[in-house]
Amino acid sequence: MLATRAIADQLAHKDAVKGRSLWADARTRFFRNKAAVGGLIVLLLVGLFAVIGPFVAPWDYEEIDWSVLGRVAEAGRPSLETGHWFGTDPLGRDLFARTVQGTQISLMVGIVGAFIAVIVGTFYGAVAGYFGGRVDNVMMRIVDVLMSIPYMFVLILLLVVFGRSMLMLFIGIGLVSWLDMARIARGQTLTLRNKEFVEAAVATGVGPFTIILRHIVPNLLGVVIVYATLLVPSMIIYESFISFLGLGVQEPLTSWGALISEGSGEMVNGTLWMLLVPLFFFVVTLFGFFFVGDGLRDALDPKDR
Amino acid sequence: MFTFIFKRLLIAIPVLLILIVGTFILMYAAPGSPFATERGVPPAVLANLERQYGLDQPFHVQIWRYIWGIVSDFDFGPSFIYRDQDVNDLIAQGFPVTLTYGFWSFVVAVLVGGTLGIIAAIRHNTWLDYLAVGISIGAQVLPNFVLAPILVLIFTLWLGWLPGGGWQGGQIEYVILPVIALSTSFMASIARIARASMLEVLTSNFIRTARAKGLPMRRIVLRHALKPALLPVISYLGPAFVGMITGSVVIDIYFSTGGIGQFFVASALNRDYGVMMGITVLLGTLTIFFNLVVDILYAWIDPKIRY
Repeated sequence: MLATRAIADQLAHKDAVKGRSLWADARTRFFRNKAAVGGLIVLLLVGLFAVIGPFVAPWDYEEIDWSVLGRVAEAGRPSLETGHWFGTDPLGRDLFARTVQGTQISLMVGIVGAFIAVIVGTFYGAVAGYFGGRVDNVMMRIVDVLMSIPYMFVLILLLVVFGRSMLMLFIGIGLVSWLDMARIARGQTLTLRNKEFVEAAVATGVGPFTIILRHIVPNLLGVVIVYATLLVPSMIIYESFISFLGLGVQEPLTSWGALISEGSGEMVNGTLWMLLVPLFFFVVTLFGFFFVGDGLRDALDPKDR
Repeated sequence: MFTFIFKRLLIAIPVLLILIVGTFILMYAAPGSPFATERGVPPAVLANLERQYGLDQPFHVQIWRYIWGIVSDFDFGPSFIYRDQDVNDLIAQGFPVTLTYGFWSFVVAVLVGGTLGIIAAIRHNTWLDYLAVGISIGAQVLPNFVLAPILVLIFTLWLGWLPGGGWQGGQIEYVILPVIALSTSFMASIARIARASMLEVLTSNFIRTARAKGLPMRRIVLRHALKPALLPVISYLGPAFVGMITGSVVIDIYFSTGGIGQFFVASALNRDYGVMMGITVLLGTLTIFFNLVVDILYAWIDPKIRY
């Protein structure tokens, strides 16, 4: 009797067992994955480069170094003395400052575009999946229809018709890329719809849109995060694609695609740094995002283990 | 089967209409007249020009004329910038070029990618598998506009083996670099998909039965595993086609091959709405019909699909 009481007391005074949430589990799994952590570090470095770059750069991204102009191939080389750490571009503008600027724009388009796509896609998919039946049929048929259109041409058409602005680029890229997200969100919602907690919510008289917001969307979060990290690099590729064609960001602003395009046009003159610097940042960042995305998928999706 | 094809066609037609009407509305909504220049055109001249191109008509008349022109005469309308050219001329000039390297890119992507993926799956966890996986990861970060300059740098500037641009009527050495640049990323995707699905099929029960029967590995792969393993690859062909059409724009611009993409970008920079719209509609039509073919192919190969 006394012994049991002692044990009971002991148990009562013991610290509560710390629960391991799904997210805590996922975090430990993620940080055990070396490639994913490496990718994350690379991404942080690139982000840091974009943020503090403008304060470090001795030159402005629009400023033309007149002493270099006309003999870029010799005087515009990357060097510490002139302050052009990455060299200059064909017009004598500092490539370091321009790469910083291009990195800012490319990252911004990637993240904002992915954000728009994720929000639109998640809600569209969740609504379609939750209501099911005819609504689902019509909504997903619309997605199918939109998917079979070469959206890049429509996007370029949009950009030309409504003027080339950053805002248009964001909206356009975001609007054409929510389709996959909608499909994924719908698939997940279909399995969630029949769970007990949704049933309970329906039974207590919660409205359908509140259920979607409060009960369905939070449960989609894992998939959404994974997909969003994989979406950012494809947004960056889209933007670079459009800028490579000269239809994206406009001078004096620049982006990785525009810089790669410029550098590849100057290759013949032996000014390889103009191509290799933006190429390096582009490739490294994409690798970073892909590895982080893969790591997140392994961490958040218990199915694959 | 025929009812299935018929149903699919019935869906394809409204999709096409949506595409045409959508692009037309976009163009119609575009601010300013397509003939307005920086120097300014007298209003009377502008009105005359617009009348000649039928732009003074109300919206429904214009769009009806446009759609009817495409349906009855396959006429995609005029260019608003060059008086002596219409969209059909540009298509007739550029399309054979795009088709040539596009076709070869498709063949390379499917054959090389499929073979690579299947061999990687059969030789799972050997150096061949790792090589295939490595290639497909590497190709993910090398989209065509990144790969094209690298290829030209290596094969034209350093090695001097292949020309870095031009077309010359499609001589083989002018086609190689565009095909590599366009097909690589799709080849990698196909290899990845084929590997994953082959791995899955190889662990399924009917393969174990076939093995237990004592069939040789070669026969198991060719007779039993190949068909189900290729189904996901077939469903990827549609998106791959869209991607290649989009990528052909970069190829045309970078290698100056003179394909359709070159006209598209030129018209985008000139704000030549007529040409842009014509090319968008044409490529959209092609995509929709290609998807139709893929769907039918899929239904034909996969016995589980009912129609």
